[in-house]
Amino acid sequence: MAGWCWMAIKRRNVDLLGLRSAMADRLLPSLVGAMSFLAALAIAGSMAAATLARQWQGDAGSALTVQIADPSAPAATGKGSRLQAVLAILQASPNVSDPTSLSAAAMNDLLKPWLGEDTAQLNLPVPAIITGSWNQPGPPAVLQAALDAVAPGTLATTGEAWASRVAALTGSIQASAVSVLLIVAFVAAAVISVATRAGLAQRREAIEIIHGLGALDSDIANRFAIRATRASAMGAAIGALAALPALFWLARLAAPFAGILPQHPGPALPLPLCASLPALPVIAALIGWMTAQVTVRGWLRQLA
Amino acid sequence: MIRFENVWLKYRHGGKSSAAAADVVSNMSFEIPDGGFRWLTGASGAGKTSVLKLMYLAEHPYRGRIDILDVHAARLGRRDAAMLRRRIGVIYQDFRLLSHLSVYDNVALPMRLARRPEKQIRSDVTELLHWVGLSAKLDNRPYELSGGEQQRVAIARAVIGRPKLLLADEPTGNLDDEQAHRLMLLITALNRMGTTVVVATHNLALVKEYPAPLLEIAHGRLVLDGD
Repeated sequence: MAGWCWMAIKRRNVDLLGLRSAMADRLLPSLVGAMSFLAALAIAGSMAAATLARQWQGDAGSALTVQIADPSAPAATGKGSRLQAVLAILQASPNVSDPTSLSAAAMNDLLKPWLGEDTAQLNLPVPAIITGSWNQPGPPAVLQAALDAVAPGTLATTGEAWASRVAALTGSIQASAVSVLLIVAFVAAAVISVATRAGLAQRREAIEIIHGLGALDSDIANRFAIRATRASAMGAAIGALAALPALFWLARLAAPFAGILPQHPGPALPLPLCASLPALPVIAALIGWMTAQVTVRGWLRQLA
Repeated sequence: MIRFENVWLKYRHGGKSSAAAADVVSNMSFEIPDGGFRWLTGASGAGKTSVLKLMYLAEHPYRGRIDILDVHAARLGRRDAAMLRRRIGVIYQDFRLLSHLSVYDNVALPMRLARRPEKQIRSDVTELLHWVGLSAKLDNRPYELSGGEQQRVAIARAVIGRPKLLLADEPTGNLDDEQAHRLMLLITALNRMGTTVVVATHNLALVKEYPAPLLEIAHGRLVLDGD
């Protein structure tokens, strides 16, 4: 009984068109796998660019730098030095957090590459620097006016210009990644179409016979599409798996830029990337199914 | 009913009828009533196979009208044409068996395309292969069979779906006298049960043995309609 059932199942799944030998079983998954590998890298690149841009925009855009020339001179209000007056305004401002005056040692470290080991000996009119975070969008115009009032010539700047450049750079990287994905999808479809056409050419006689016996176009197209779908999904899964080591390596390289400390146990892949990798075989399967359907149905039009 | 009305055919090259190509069927008109039997005769190259191809919708005329089983063939969409082909059994001169399938699977093809239950397929195919004397070769591939055996597989495949129209192109060409006689018995039995039959042959002895109206063709033209 079991033997008869097995024979029945085997016979129901008969390869009517002989596609097992006609459609390249190794070449198609390999090529789609390569496309999937590239797609995984493109997706990762796009996501990494977005993450780094968010990080950098946050850091650079909110960074406030205040330069006070002649910091020890008396303030315009007559109370204390210019540095003390500016620091007092910054500390009182609700839009500024963590205003910190750079120490002489820190200033020395900053200027060392240009002025040598000990800047104090040079007796140069070095301005004082106060750093902090600017919590508001837009330039600190009101703050600038307030600082000018107590210490004329004081300069307050944020990293907004840098942040907008980083945003433009990220946009172009993401657009490139989308272009790569489109090209990869197009090439995958072309590869599947060529493999399907090769199968059609090889099994032309069998197709003509089955067509003559009353097979619908969908009967024939579905048989090709099932094989193309299976091969594409398998290839894409292999490609996505093969991309994992490269993605972990890239994540490791990008970790310091994304604010992950070197002593961190090891960078994990971001969740959106982890979620998009399993989608690659599904998308490849869809491309395989659609391409094979269109190719076969177009080819069948030449039969009466 | 099968009806040809002023039918002209040229073979297509690159998907279109070439203006320079010669007509293989010229201004042909005839009718075969439901359940009729016709011998289609003529010398080799006269156009018998082309007429059969028009009947099983493998070719379309560039002029004229063809009705197959009371359906205007030119008006059929692809799906309807496929469904009509399922009602037509064809025994090809060159057998046209699928070499990668077993004898059983070749004969089961029309039933599988019609999505019949596997149990019914098993029963019908086994019975028919027994009838044509091939029950011991169910699992053989066609290339492992003699010409006569392949012919019998082709016959079994053509009749397994109990077609309304049976077309045979030189069906006894590879059969010995006894097998040819058995085949003609099968064909006449199907005809008695209501199947319309057209048999192309140049075997006049066979025609004399099984008398029926003739459609005789010469150079693509109908020169004699037995009716």
